[in-house]
Amino acid sequence: MAVTLEQTIERKERSWISTVLSSQTFWVLIAVLLACLFLTLATDAFATSRNLYNITRNVTFVAIVALGMTVVIISGGIDLSVGSVLCLCSMVLAVTMHAGYGIEIGIAAAIGTALIVGAFNGVLIAYVGMPPFVVTLGMLSIARSLAMVASNNTVVFQFGPDHDKLLALGGGAWLFGIANPVLYMIVLALLTGFMLRWTRFGRHIFAIGGNEHAATLTGVPVKPIKVAVYMISALSAGIAGIIQTGWLGAVTTNIGSGMELQVIAASVIGGANLVGGVGTAIGALIGAALIEIIRNSLGLLGINAFWQGCFIGGAILVAVLFDRVRNFRQND
Amino acid sequence: MSVLELVNVSKHFGAIQAVSEVSFSLEAGEVVGLMGDNGAGKSTLVKMIAGNFRPSHGAMYMEGRELIMHRPVEARQHGIEIVHQDLALCDNLTAAANVFLGRELRRGLGPFRILDYASMYKRAGQIFAELKSETRPRDLVKKMSGGQRQAVAIARTRLSDAKIVLMDEPTAAISVRQVAEVLNLIRRLRDQGITVVLISHRMPDVFDVADRVIVMRRGRKVADKKIAASSPEEVTGLITGAIEQV
Ligand SMILES: Nc1ncnc2c1ncn2[C@@H]1O[C@H](COP(=O)(O)OP(=O)(O)OP(=O)(O)O)[C@@H](O)[C@H]1O
Ligand SMILES: [Mg+2]
Repeated sequence: MAVTLEQTIERKERSWISTVLSSQTFWVLIAVLLACLFLTLATDAFATSRNLYNITRNVTFVAIVALGMTVVIISGGIDLSVGSVLCLCSMVLAVTMHAGYGIEIGIAAAIGTALIVGAFNGVLIAYVGMPPFVVTLGMLSIARSLAMVASNNTVVFQFGPDHDKLLALGGGAWLFGIANPVLYMIVLALLTGFMLRWTRFGRHIFAIGGNEHAATLTGVPVKPIKVAVYMISALSAGIAGIIQTGWLGAVTTNIGSGMELQVIAASVIGGANLVGGVGTAIGALIGAALIEIIRNSLGLLGINAFWQGCFIGGAILVAVLFDRVRNFRQND
Repeated sequence: MSVLELVNVSKHFGAIQAVSEVSFSLEAGEVVGLMGDNGAGKSTLVKMIAGNFRPSHGAMYMEGRELIMHRPVEARQHGIEIVHQDLALCDNLTAAANVFLGRELRRGLGPFRILDYASMYKRAGQIFAELKSETRPRDLVKKMSGGQRQAVAIARTRLSDAKIVLMDEPTAAISVRQVAEVLNLIRRLRDQGITVVLISHRMPDVFDVADRVIVMRRGRKVADKKIAASSPEEVTGLITGAIEQV
């Protein structure tokens, strides 16, 4: 019997299994699991609850910021200012609480700071038309400097009347012994994933990253969405800053320095494409996990910490190379 | 009354005068061929009608009322649909996502409305079948042929009951069989009382389906004639400037 046009149109090109198998994120996840398996067998220290608790908690700060970064990368942009924004927000929180205000006010001030910084970046990029790399590079410098001004470059470790509440927020484990930061990370990842897949806003972010001109022509509100995207990124840095402050119990002005590179690495390893238009929330978490496992394992295996950069850099190259090879095969 | 009337519409980009004082009117159920050399201002003109650009001077009237638009969405609300020359597709999205770009279907209530994937796939599939194009709604546009990409861009115009459909070189990249399909679609639209503006460099296409031809040269309208009263030779002369104006 001849195949009708309707049948051709209805046919699904790929099953969900082949979609999963062809995703970079899936193979990075396999790498993470294999590494965990290997470390469990090769060392006594890896699979202890203490070490796993540490790993999961350490992953979270990079992972939370990587969620925001992934959204920016999907839109075709980049945000180099996240490490400094994290520092600025931590400092605003610390200084506000140190001055005797409650935790609610401190958090509101930190979140407000993040949103203002994000909106500032976004407006310069979307409305003034400056390149994201340049704008956020400028903000990288500005935000850290402001943090130094706010604290007079001192260490803040006294958080006023709500001191204990803040430490419990970041350092506690309120549910089944899972570190609080991990819970926040999971909630934020679910929110981000939902936004990207199920909302019109998320769909438009992908459209802008895929072809900004086409998005403009078809009436997608490109400029407001771009501003929102940089606000989301700054917000993720601000939230990570608040949690990290609570966990560390002290803030210095070099918290989060150099973090932008780790965060971008996590997003890219997790499958976000710097050209724009591709990326997932779960990928950000998996990318962050791989980086943390590499760091952790070098310590456990007794390898000199100086090698860390080589392994993380190698992971970035291998993940992206893998994606290229797969594309070559498909295009043949 | 005319469906759309343009009165002395001009558009300049800085010092470039892309469209100069163009006036014409479009009637319901009419197919108008819009021809002219590269850079004559054809795309700029239809983009003003589609709400992508605002005219620098002049006015547009739809069914007698002045038409002032700030965004493409407003043109669509007035029943104006467009197929862009570069198709305006996002390679990283599926065919269905591209068809519905900017007017995604959603289900649920208020702020909790989520994208309605099933309905969008279904409707996009119906439109592709209607266009007789073997285009699968779930496929990424990145992997599609020129004809399929064109089908995706054309499918957008079928989402709502349009009054005017603007087609900016819809037959540029497709096979003879699919050209015939697009011309058939244009006739079907006309039979439903929809006005079609067809921009094309292909003389046979225009003489095949159009009732009227408008020729532009260097931003100005130099001819506006019934097809029956013109000839390919005359239109060619008007496009190149061998014939000044009629
Ligand atoms: N966004 C823009 N900014 C500046 N100049 C523009 C813009 N769009 C068009 N132009 C200029 O306006 C003039 C008319 O361009 P337009 O695209 O309307 O021509 P066209 O008739 O569609 O040509 P073609 O047949 O090549 O598609 C050209 O000189 C072009 O360079
Ligand atoms: Mg054109």
